[in-house]
Amino acid sequence: MSARAPHNSIPPKVWGGVALIAIALAILPFVAAFFGQAWVRILNFSMIYIMLALGLNIVVGFAGLLDLGYIAFYAVGAYMYALLASPHFDIHLPFWVILPLGAGLACIFGVLLGAPTLKLRGDYLAIVTLGFGEIIRIFLNNLNAPINITNGPQGVNLIDPFRIGSFSFARAEVIEGIYFSGPQKYYYVLLLLTIGVIVVNLRLQNSRLGRAWEAIREDEVAAKAMGINTRNVKLLAFAMGASFGGIAGAIFSATQEFVSPESFGLFESVIVLCMIVLGGMGNIPGVIMGAVMLTVFPEFLRSTMGPLQNAIFGRVLLDAETVRLLVFGIALVAVMLYRPAGLWPSAVRKRELEVARAPEAAE
Amino acid sequence: MSQLSLLVAKDVSKRFGGVQALADVSFHINHGEIYGLIGPNGAGKTSLFNVLTGIYAPDDGSFLFDGEPLDRVPPNEVAKRGIARTFQNIRLFQNLSALENVMIGRHVRTRAGVFGAIFRGKATRAEEAAIERRAYELLHYVGVASRANDLARHLAYGDQRRLEIARALATEPKLLALDEPAAGMNATETQGLKRLLDDIRRDGTTILLIEHDMKLVMSVCDRVLVLDYGRKIAEGTAAAVQNDPKVIAAYLGGEVKLELKPT
Repeated sequence: MSARAPHNSIPPKVWGGVALIAIALAILPFVAAFFGQAWVRILNFSMIYIMLALGLNIVVGFAGLLDLGYIAFYAVGAYMYALLASPHFDIHLPFWVILPLGAGLACIFGVLLGAPTLKLRGDYLAIVTLGFGEIIRIFLNNLNAPINITNGPQGVNLIDPFRIGSFSFARAEVIEGIYFSGPQKYYYVLLLLTIGVIVVNLRLQNSRLGRAWEAIREDEVAAKAMGINTRNVKLLAFAMGASFGGIAGAIFSATQEFVSPESFGLFESVIVLCMIVLGGMGNIPGVIMGAVMLTVFPEFLRSTMGPLQNAIFGRVLLDAETVRLLVFGIALVAVMLYRPAGLWPSAVRKRELEVARAPEAAE
Repeated sequence: MSQLSLLVAKDVSKRFGGVQALADVSFHINHGEIYGLIGPNGAGKTSLFNVLTGIYAPDDGSFLFDGEPLDRVPPNEVAKRGIARTFQNIRLFQNLSALENVMIGRHVRTRAGVFGAIFRGKATRAEEAAIERRAYELLHYVGVASRANDLARHLAYGDQRRLEIARALATEPKLLALDEPAAGMNATETQGLKRLLDDIRRDGTTILLIEHDMKLVMSVCDRVLVLDYGRKIAEGTAAAVQNDPKVIAAYLGGEVKLELKPT
């Protein structure tokens, strides 16, 4: 064994890049606020969707299990927070207590969904998971009688905002002479959570477990023949994916201060899946990009389609909402036609161990 | 016998609908030998592999591997016990690099779980480094190290076969079961494969080999089992089997077979 030179040291160029990105992310909410607070909210939503998409990416992108009911785990996390931090039951637990509970409960639901579907793949799995997602939503919609647990279709209102001590993230205030709106404060909480989720995802992908997921995606029979316990590893994929959904749900609940079953329909599941497919299935940067694009692009269309028609035709011919969905749909089809592997597909992960060292080791 | 034998198969039978894929097949494989399994197409060779590695459960009969019964053991457990296999129609993880394919083979001999992956502590990092190092060694061993960072599906056919062997070896098998490793190889590549098989045996791994390339079988195998229509029709040294009239009838000579078969 020759001593290995520690080539973990990061070159200053990379540090410079990281610093630039950090500064850009730090001032981003103020840039967005320049165009209106709505854009800060959109930024926040895009981070919630990044978490959701990365969670679903574990199941769909890594393990190759098509899950159309993923939003159910988002709902579980959201309602967990809503019920444990609102006047509904008059329980007011702090966010950091509920977050692991929400993630844990979503995780359990993930296993509950995974266990009976272990032998299913592709379209069959998609149908079962689709049913599962609807079951959760319908339960939430109807669990107001005989005992009122979820408050039915009216949803849960007046949910506690996120706060640390007496510092509330919902209230606008001036700190050190800088004006922070509620969404701007939330932006930083979400940014921290999102970075955490991204780091965990990157580490999972480059691990023994991540490789096992990818092996199952590529060829389940061969994976089994190589000694991978496909049952456990698949359940872990469902559980991990679900818990990220739960985390996203809890923070969604805290930022909105209101949840109702409406937010967790099939369309949401489909949109999150679109983010993955459009961005590049299984590739973490691609998925992040897909999530941001699919959150920001429709909003961008919403705010530009009206004025654009005014400028061209002198009046609004088509309702901005209709045009928005039309353009959005066409854009999705176009991307899938010309970039079938997604906008940013995964590349081969190069490993840097010097090949030159292998011969002596092979002796 | 069980002292000497790594694998003992006793009266193994498997039926698919109306087809008797395997009928009371018994044999044993000794430690350190290369054991050939031949027979015409549809003779039941691959079925035997699938039953042995737990992909199918046998209808009847049993395997004793390394002194322990191998009944109703799922494929991943079979791999853990020490039987690794390759597939007739190559089944690599196509969209992963060659190196990653072999690294996945290390799965069963390593431990890191969810928390290891997330926190990436000292033990996990050491394990990861060891997995990667071993995978490189194995790529080198089978001779595809230069393609380590290429996608498995971009490798040449012969290299894919070698990569599959490396992946199987990564599980540290006691018995390496190869399903037609020379299929589609040219003469030079087959020569290289023969050397590789000899190396693997020399380094202490027993080999079970399904092969249609008779020259390879005859030159590399210590003993050979011949199947026909799911039945064992001969067993013995390569030379003995080669001259067995039943084998010639079933395998080599169509005309003889026609004459011998009663209508």
